Amino acid sequence: MANDLFNSFMNGPDEKGRFGDFGGRFVSETLMPLILDLEAEYEKAKTDDSFWAEMQYLWTHYVGRPSPLYFAESLTERLGGAKIYLKRDELNHTGAHKINNVLGQILLARRMGKKRIIAETGAGQHGVATATVCAKFGLKCIVYMGAHDVQRQAPNVFRMRLLGAEVIPVSSGRGTLKDAMNDALRDWVTNVSDTFYCIGTAAGPHPYPAMVRDFQSIIGKEAKEQMQEAEGRLPDTIIAAIGGGSNAIGLFHPFLDDDSVRIIGVEAGGKGVNDDMEHCASLTGGRPGVLHGNRTFLLQDDDGQILDGYSISAGLDYPGIGPEHSWLHEIGRAEYVAITDKEALDAFQLCCETEGIIPALEPCHALAHVAKIAPDLPKDHIICMNMCGRGDKDIYTVAKYLGFDMSDTEGRAAD
Amino acid sequence: MTRIDAKFAALAEKGQKAFVSYIMGGDPDMATSLEVMKGLPAAGVDIIELGVPFTDPMADGPTIQLAGQRALESGMTLQKTLDMAAEFRKDDDTTPIVLMGYYNPIYNRGVEKFLVDAKAAGVDGLIVVDLPPEEDDELCIPAQKAGLNFIRLATPTTDDKRLPKVLQNTSGFVYYVSVTGVTGATEAQAANVGPEVARIKAATDIPVIVGFGVNTPEKAEAIASVADGTVVGSAIVSKIAAGEPVSDVLAFVKTLADGAHRG
Ligand SMILES: Cc1ncc(COP(=O)(O)O)c(C=O)c1O
Repeated sequence: MANDLFNSFMNGPDEKGRFGDFGGRFVSETLMPLILDLEAEYEKAKTDDSFWAEMQYLWTHYVGRPSPLYFAESLTERLGGAKIYLKRDELNHTGAHKINNVLGQILLARRMGKKRIIAETGAGQHGVATATVCAKFGLKCIVYMGAHDVQRQAPNVFRMRLLGAEVIPVSSGRGTLKDAMNDALRDWVTNVSDTFYCIGTAAGPHPYPAMVRDFQSIIGKEAKEQMQEAEGRLPDTIIAAIGGGSNAIGLFHPFLDDDSVRIIGVEAGGKGVNDDMEHCASLTGGRPGVLHGNRTFLLQDDDGQILDGYSISAGLDYPGIGPEHSWLHEIGRAEYVAITDKEALDAFQLCCETEGIIPALEPCHALAHVAKIAPDLPKDHIICMNMCGRGDKDIYTVAKYLGFDMSDTEGRAAD
Repeated sequence: MTRIDAKFAALAEKGQKAFVSYIMGGDPDMATSLEVMKGLPAAGVDIIELGVPFTDPMADGPTIQLAGQRALESGMTLQKTLDMAAEFRKDDDTTPIVLMGYYNPIYNRGVEKFLVDAKAAGVDGLIVVDLPPEEDDELCIPAQKAGLNFIRLATPTTDDKRLPKVLQNTSGFVYYVSVTGVTGATEAQAANVGPEVARIKAATDIPVIVGFGVNTPEKAEAIASVADGTVVGSAIVSKIAAGEPVSDVLAFVKTLADGAHRG
């Protein structure tokens, strides 16, 4: 496949912010000048060595990068097939990949002289990362979070408040990530002069999908080098979970032109990809539409109304997906599959048991797919999976599923 | 000449400002909102903005968000909104209808099919909030070709450098959004709006109508006096939300229209 500049998969988006037909800038006129400003500022920063030097310094000393590439030996043995490596982004400061991107955006906000930072969050990981970096730089931080997610990710709500952020529960819609994003956009359209909108995934209007991808690509760049060191070659398969798609595109992007590498994105299959739409698999079960500033695959009804979707994992509970994934899906460079709640929960337990790693429910979706395909692959087949978050935030959800009463101080499992 | 152009020509002859009203199609149900719609011209409304409900109205405040939810819950769709327009047209062939909403329901239907159907239903213009000039190829250009006005929003963030781009493919009228924010939030101030309208009028010959934050007859008069007309949305929708009888809603609309016409 294409390694030359003119025929590469890595050149998108075009000047209109499109990846093929996906992406774009579908925002109200009030926001358009702000988005153009941001794009200009990002273009300047991108080629400014001092910007990247500061990022590198913070990635190293504040986040703890590079994150290890870890050979999961016990898991490999248990599954009895392909050799499994985990890219350990759950070891980052704040417990997920989200901070890679937040640092980039907050440094930009500082360059633009913006003092008020807003963010949307689902699982709360992006909110925590944003609150963290804002605390460090003395910026005001407001996080919009669906009321339903405020409940199921309570530990993260408390963390954000400890970090000095204001958490605003959003009760419109079903009270999940989609609704949080609507209210963040409404805030931005109201507070245009002093506010920077720090989007948490590789979606939204151009330049966000490209910018977030560039910041998250550190994952794939490191993984590629580390794999070279460990195995002297490229992995055969790379796998990541997809909410909006930022950890996935971060892992995938540096490998797009390596045609021997099979790329698999894993969406949340919820209760199963069926007509009831109790899932969040936009590529597997949706069709193209326009929401939150970009054209992409969406869960929608016959009238073009957006469906809420459903997933046990708050971080994947979003009816859309970043536009670059829609494009990679359409041209066939990446494959996208869906994993159900139950499969993800089984993978959660498998990971705890075999590797002593308590994973977030989001990457458990990727892990469940690894568990599906690894047994049938040869022992010299190398899989690299992005372990993009740790599970501290999810223990209440999992306890409930396993019938374990967390309020019982004696520690007895409920019947 | 569209019905919108004809309406402004007629108003100019009378030396009167335009009063534009917004209601959400299908709020709280199709029959009630059609009854309101049919009564608007007699209440003094010059141009009707008919909202197309959408699940994720990013530019709307709670009042219009809830109106959209009520409409969707009552089974409203883009098709039924077009049916409403067609039904209205049976008795009124002059009052312009502008559909206002978001792009996805239109994109989902297919732009070409939508334009044919909208035209057939007697729709005159479109306001699609999430289509800035940068996305003109999507709907704006095809709509103009199909003989529908594409009405663009200009905002306080639209600076002089950007204004020509915003005005370039606009037709019918320019909708000046008087405040940065969502619908129904802050109140417009005539003192701030006047110079902004003058700035836009210096760059175009088409009428400039001001909306967002206009909620009383006095405000409608003050804002209309510094522009070519004014739009009221959330204040009317609030009356419908409160379950007021259609006659009371229309009586309120009349006070607003009278205010605007004094302007
Ligand atoms: C640990 C973790 N993984 C994945 C996601 C999903 O986001 P994305 O697809 O942008 O990586 C989230 C979002 O909150 C998360 O917290």
